[in-house]
Amino acid sequence: MKSNRLTRNPIAMTGLAIIGLYLLVILVSTFWLPFDPVEMDIDHLLEGPSLATGHLFGTDEFGRDILSRIMKGTSISLIISIAATALGAVIGTTMGTWAGYLGGRWDHWLMRVADVMFSFPSLLLAIFVMAILGEKTYNVIIAIGIVYIPQFARISRGAILTIKSSEFIKAARSNGASSTFILRKHLLPNILVPLIVQVSLSLSVAILLESSLSFLGLGVQPPAPSWGNMLSSARKVMVLAPWTAIYPGLAIVFLVLGFNLLGDGLRDILDPRLRNVR
Amino acid sequence: MPDSQNLLDVRGLKVHFPIEKGIIFKRVAGWVRAVDGVDFSIKKGEALGLVGESGCGKSTTAMAVAQLQTATAGQVFLEGRDLASLSAKDLRAARKDFQLVFQDPYSSLDPRQKAQDIIAEPLRIFAKNGLITMDEAAIQRESLSLMDRCGLSASFATRYPHEFSGGQRQRIGIARALALGPKLIIADEPVSALDVSIQSQILNLLKDLQKDFDLTFLFIAHDLAVIEYFCTRIAVMYLGRIVEITDAATMARNPLHPYTKALLSAVPLPDPRKERSRRRIILKGDVPSPSIEYKGCPFRERCPQAMEKCALSPPSLMQAEEGHQVSCFLYGGA
Repeated sequence: MKSNRLTRNPIAMTGLAIIGLYLLVILVSTFWLPFDPVEMDIDHLLEGPSLATGHLFGTDEFGRDILSRIMKGTSISLIISIAATALGAVIGTTMGTWAGYLGGRWDHWLMRVADVMFSFPSLLLAIFVMAILGEKTYNVIIAIGIVYIPQFARISRGAILTIKSSEFIKAARSNGASSTFILRKHLLPNILVPLIVQVSLSLSVAILLESSLSFLGLGVQPPAPSWGNMLSSARKVMVLAPWTAIYPGLAIVFLVLGFNLLGDGLRDILDPRLRNVR
Repeated sequence: MPDSQNLLDVRGLKVHFPIEKGIIFKRVAGWVRAVDGVDFSIKKGEALGLVGESGCGKSTTAMAVAQLQTATAGQVFLEGRDLASLSAKDLRAARKDFQLVFQDPYSSLDPRQKAQDIIAEPLRIFAKNGLITMDEAAIQRESLSLMDRCGLSASFATRYPHEFSGGQRQRIGIARALALGPKLIIADEPVSALDVSIQSQILNLLKDLQKDFDLTFLFIAHDLAVIEYFCTRIAVMYLGRIVEITDAATMARNPLHPYTKALLSAVPLPDPRKERSRRRIILKGDVPSPSIEYKGCPFRERCPQAMEKCALSPPSLMQAEEGHQVSCFLYGGA
């Protein structure tokens, strides 16, 4: 029944198809790449896209094949985005739901911590964390995850507060339900909609954050390809060879679009109040 | 000591809420005396109506009786057992005997649960905690029969709350309250949010259920017509205290407290001739703030019959005639 509703939702299906395409790219890239993504080729510097040379998306300033680098970078970008969102969502939501549900002193201090984290712009906070942890790929995950914690905490707490005082929570308590039961059965399902929207947004923002960090030289370190550091190195030759920037940029745009579409579709599917509305 | 005839005994119940000030370091700046010393008892099979204007502490009383709000002082005895003194585990088991019906049929049902799951939830929680022995099939059967008993077709079982009308939702809420076979139903304005034609349907349903399941009611409302129709005894609350308590017929015929008189005089009469000659007692001013502590009678400033001694000490609830208690110096007391 659930899969039925998913297949009948064109928005979600489009998003899912785009994400599926990227997953396919990852699968292919683990077995086969058109060229070696890190090998330099001084005979073919900054060549435009052409079928004849086999460089479909052209080459960069070291003569490396851009298509191969994008394909290789897909798995890095996707893993960072999913892992960082998962990290932030799990810790942030746990923090926010308990703070919202317990209230009082807990709520007070947990949310002040979140406020302090919130007061830094997300990129600045990520740079700060990267500077402390060092420039490693898995540190990018931790840095973006930390940026997400207060966001998820805020959203889940706010949502919990609006439904915590509902009479159906009182009814559950008068039936002898425990706090964990109420949290799991009544509160979490009811805050799912804002959380899913936030997850889909976060997945795409994580791609952009990772790109920004790599662009600034703090993220994935060269020569390993990521969409961000590809854009970063393309900056210098962008006017001469626009394809060095356009294709990694398009890769980011489409993945972000895919996540956003999926999030929109899931929101409609998961909310029973919107289910039969056409 | 509580009377053995009584199902519910409430003794000196007080619920005070702190008023907090300060942004980071909170301090208590005062207290809101939502419920300030309430005594009443309900006999088995009776329906006690608790009436009063909004903000007088009716709902807080209900929440404190249902043990969803910790009382500042006083006891609630159910069949002679002090509920507040029970351990968390014993209280959980005791909740089987008293259940709530809520005011707002929209917020009292989880929008993500199907009707049957809502009704079955109390049974599932109790079965999970080992307090009743019922397997899933029996729970399913029981919840369906409860739906049927509350006038809901079995075909509604898999529908979500937003697919029901207000009256139907209230029926689901009532079926949920009945699931555990309670002795006492605490109904917190169960019909206030419904329109008049649905109100009578729900009231009649509750009356039928009272007969069939041998229920006792604590019925809260602000509508005197509803209370008079449904309840055998009526208690009038003002600013966290009960000012008058007696059976429904006496209350209609011979109200004693000046506040009750004013309240009853505000009810329009269906007969236009009588309605024209109805004399309304208009009270001056507003309900005073429950955060101020009063030395004398809290109703003093609005009372048309206030005396000098009303300012000195608050009157306590005393017997004015057989089965009729009132807290007013007009009817005796020091």
